[in-house]
Amino acid sequence: MVPLSWYLILAAALFSVGLFGALSRRNAVAILLGIELMLNAVNINLAAFWRYGNVTNMAGQVFAIIVFAVAAAEVAVGLALVISVYRQRNTVIADDIDMMKF
Amino acid sequence: MTAEQIIFLLVAFFTLGSGFMVVTTRNLIHAALWLIATLFGVAVIFALLDAGFLAVVQVVVYIGAIAILFIFAVMLTRKDMRDQGPQMNRNWWFGALISVLTFGGLYFLLQGWNGLSKTAADIPSGFDAVGELGNALVSPNAYVLPFEVASVLLVAALVGAVYVAFNWK
Amino acid sequence: MDFLQDPLKIAADWLLGIFTGWGMPEIAAQVLIGFLGVLILLSALMVLDIFLVWVERKVVSRFQDRIGPNRVGPFGLIQPLADIIKLLIKEDTTPEGADRVVYNIAPLLSMMSVLILWAIVPLAPTMLGVDLNVGALYLIAAGAIGTLSIIMAGWASNNKYALIGAFRQVAVMVSFEIPMLTVLLIPTIFAGSMGMSAITQNQDIWYVWITPLGALIFLIAAIAELGRAPFDMGEAESELVSGYNIEYSGMKFGMFYAGELLHAFTFGGFWAILFFGGYRFFGLEQVSAFLAVAVVVFKAMIGYWIIMWIKYTLLRIRIDHMLAFNWKFLTPLAFVLLMVTALLNALLADAASWFYISIMFLSNVLLGWISLEVARVYSRRQREKVEGPKVVEVAHH
Repeated sequence: MVPLSWYLILAAALFSVGLFGALSRRNAVAILLGIELMLNAVNINLAAFWRYGNVTNMAGQVFAIIVFAVAAAEVAVGLALVISVYRQRNTVIADDIDMMKF
Repeated sequence: MTAEQIIFLLVAFFTLGSGFMVVTTRNLIHAALWLIATLFGVAVIFALLDAGFLAVVQVVVYIGAIAILFIFAVMLTRKDMRDQGPQMNRNWWFGALISVLTFGGLYFLLQGWNGLSKTAADIPSGFDAVGELGNALVSPNAYVLPFEVASVLLVAALVGAVYVAFNWK
Repeated sequence: MDFLQDPLKIAADWLLGIFTGWGMPEIAAQVLIGFLGVLILLSALMVLDIFLVWVERKVVSRFQDRIGPNRVGPFGLIQPLADIIKLLIKEDTTPEGADRVVYNIAPLLSMMSVLILWAIVPLAPTMLGVDLNVGALYLIAAGAIGTLSIIMAGWASNNKYALIGAFRQVAVMVSFEIPMLTVLLIPTIFAGSMGMSAITQNQDIWYVWITPLGALIFLIAAIAELGRAPFDMGEAESELVSGYNIEYSGMKFGMFYAGELLHAFTFGGFWAILFFGGYRFFGLEQVSAFLAVAVVVFKAMIGYWIIMWIKYTLLRIRIDHMLAFNWKFLTPLAFVLLMVTALLNALLADAASWFYISIMFLSNVLLGWISLEVARVYSRRQREKVEGPKVVEVAHH
C-alpha cells in the first residue's frame, strides 16, 4: 500500500512546478498553463485525503469537483482576456501588457 | 516494494516529468501537449486512489475541454508558428527560488505532521462511491450550496468570456 | 458452470490451471490471462474492421446504383486485404516542417480512442471487459481523446487545409459532446446506473420506446462526433481536399480510415446498447453467451447501416449552420428532454407499466412536435427577413 506521504509529496512537487511556470513564463497562455498544474496538485491532495480519511465522508471528492468547475471558469475567462488583449495590443507577453502603468 | 508502489512511482515520475516540460518547453503547443500528458498522469493517480469518477471527469473536462481550449488559444494568439525570443522573463531565477522554497517548506511542514505515514483502510464492500458523491452534491445537509454556487460561477464565466472575447467590430 | 453460458470464465480457469502447473505464481498468471483476453478482443475487432471496409464499400455502391468491389474473391470479399497490401507498400511520407513526433502519434491516438471504447461494451451477460460504474462518462472521455488526435494531426501536418479541417472538426466534436452527454443521462435515469451492463440488464422494455427523442438526439450527436456526412465538415473533400488527414499516406492514413469505420460501428453498438436492449433479445441471451454476442453484433450492424444510410443520402451542412443547429436547437432540446424525463420518471414511479410507457412515449412525441413547430416559426421569420414577407393570397378579380 502506498503511504499518504507519497501522494502529498507528489502534490507539493507538482504545485511547485506549476508555481515556477506561473512566475517565470513570459507568455500569458503559459502562465495559465502553470496555474492549471497548481490546481491539479490541489486536486491530488483532496482525493488523497478523501481516500485516507473517512471514506464515507465525500467532502474531498466534492471539493475536487468544485475545483474542476473553478478551473474551467478560470480558463474560459483567462483565455478570453488573453485573446481580447491580443486583439488590442497585438501581444501576449505579460511584461508588455502594461497599460495600467501610465 | 509492492506492485502498487511501483506503479505509483512510475506514474508520479511521468506526471512530474511532463509537468516540468510544461513549464520549460519553448514551443507553446508542445507545452499544451505536455500538459495533457500531465493531466493523464493525474487521472491515473485518481484511479489509484479509487476515485474512478474523478479520473473520468478529469479526462472529460481537462483533456476534452480545457486542454483543447489552450491549444486553440495558442494558435489564435500568434502571427507565425515560430517561437522567437526568450520564453522566461528576467526574474525567472527568482521564480525558481520561490518554488524550490515552497516545496522545501511544504516538505518540512509535512515531516512534522504525525498523520503522514498513514495507510488507507480498505473501502467497505458494497460502498458505492459514485452514488454517495451524487447524494452529497444534492443533499441539503451536505454540499448543495457549494454545488449551486459553482454552477452560478460557471454561467457567469460563460457569459463573461463571451462578452470579453466578442469581436464588436 | 456450462461452457455455453460462460465460456470466458471456463477458458480462464483452464488456462490458470495450465500456467500455475508450469510453476508460475498465480498473480502473474492472472495478469497474463487478462492480457490474453485483451489481445483476443482487439484481434477480433481488427479482423471485423477489415470486414467493415468491404461492408462500407458494398453498401455505398448499392446506394449509388453501382455494384462495388466484385473482382477479388467471391463478392469481392478479399478486396479489403488487397487494400491493406496497397496501403502497406505505399510510400510513407512525412511533410517538410512537420512536427514528427506529434505527427506520428496522432493516428495511433485516433485508433486507440476507438479501441478503448470496447472495454465497457457488454457483449454477453458474462462477457464484458470492465463494468465501470461511470460508463456513460467513459464514452465521452474516449471521445475527448479522439478530439485530441484530430487537432494533433491537423497541427503537426504543417498544412493549411489540415489545420482548417482540424479546427472545424474539433469545434463540431466539442459542441456536440454536450447534447450527447445530456442524452446519455436519460438511460442513466431509467437504469439508476451509468454502467453499460446495468443499463442493458434493466431494459425489460427497450428504452427507445420510452425515449424515442433521446435515441434520435444520440444518433445525431454520434454522427457529428464521428465526423460523417452530413457533418463531415472536417474532411469536406470538395473544399478542404481531405481535411486533417490530408498529409498522411500509407498505413498512417489507413489507421485514420479504419478508426473511422470502427468508430461508426462502435457507435452503432452503443446506440443498440443504450436504447435497443444490447444483447437482450427475447431471452436468447440466456441460451448461450455466443448467441448474445451474435445479437449485439447484429444490432450494432443495423445501427452502423443506419449511420451509412444517412451518410450517403444527405448533403453536407455548412459549418455555421451546424454549430447553430447544435447550440440553438439540439442542446436546449436535450436539456428540456432530460428535465421532462426526470420529472415524469419521478412522478410516475408507482404507476402501472403500460401507463408509464405510454405517457413517456407521448411526452417525447409532444416535445419533438413542439420543438419542430418552434424551429419552423423561427425559420419562416428568418426567411421573411431575407426575402420579404411571403405573399399568401393572390388578389383575384
